[in-house]
Amino acid sequence: MKLQDFIVNEAIRPELAAVDRDGAIRELVVALSGAGALPASAVDEVVAALIKREQNGSTGFGKGVAVPHAKHPKIQKMAGAIGRSVAGIDFAALDHQPVYIVFLLLSPENQPQQHLGAMNIVFSNLQEDMFRRFLRQCPTREAIVELLDEAKTGR
Amino acid sequence: MATASRETRICNTLGLHARPSMQFVDVANQFSSQITVHSGGEEPGTADGKSVMQMIILAATQGTPLRIEANGDDADQAVAKLIELVEAKFGEE
Repeated sequence: MKLQDFIVNEAIRPELAAVDRDGAIRELVVALSGAGALPASAVDEVVAALIKREQNGSTGFGKGVAVPHAKHPKIQKMAGAIGRSVAGIDFAALDHQPVYIVFLLLSPENQPQQHLGAMNIVFSNLQEDMFRRFLRQCPTREAIVELLDEAKTGR
Repeated sequence: MATASRETRICNTLGLHARPSMQFVDVANQFSSQITVHSGGEEPGTADGKSVMQMIILAATQGTPLRIEANGDDADQAVAKLIELVEAKFGEE
């Protein structure tokens, strides 16, 4: 699997307008909906599911990245969005540091292997210092897409 | 310094996704021992049992064999607790 298999290019936000966690989650879900990854009618439900997941335990696993994710019956095909925040967002991260990169992932229900495969490839790249550093410096969607094309692939 | 090692399998349906990985690291951090997790199966991997990201990268699905190793004064207790957590399916199905 590779990032490009599920990251929706039209849902890459090189400069998030949102300044807080819930706003960033909504912005990326709306972007995915705009790209056709989920029906507009499901946006509120999916946003609520993602926020609930964060409240149960932050997906800000440190190093300035967060990976909010949820499974939802309205998702037909796994879809991911990327948001970049120059100022940083408080995600209640495990290391108490701001988050600059948000990888948001929506999965269909009953596909645990596919979900684990996507998490594997997302975190394999986010663990790389160079990948995170380059991503934080990508000012445009095109630059991010190019970086994704060169990123590690996984299982 | 003591070493302990035991084998088990991932038992829960959803596998080692984010929440179980965090639970595992929370328990691992209760011990001073160094914890290493080896996953078997088709795509074997090794993770620091105190790193959430490394544990998620294992992407261990249901049925994947795991070997949990600990090195340190509380190695036996650490391995016993971690095996118990995996076999209790992390509180899932």
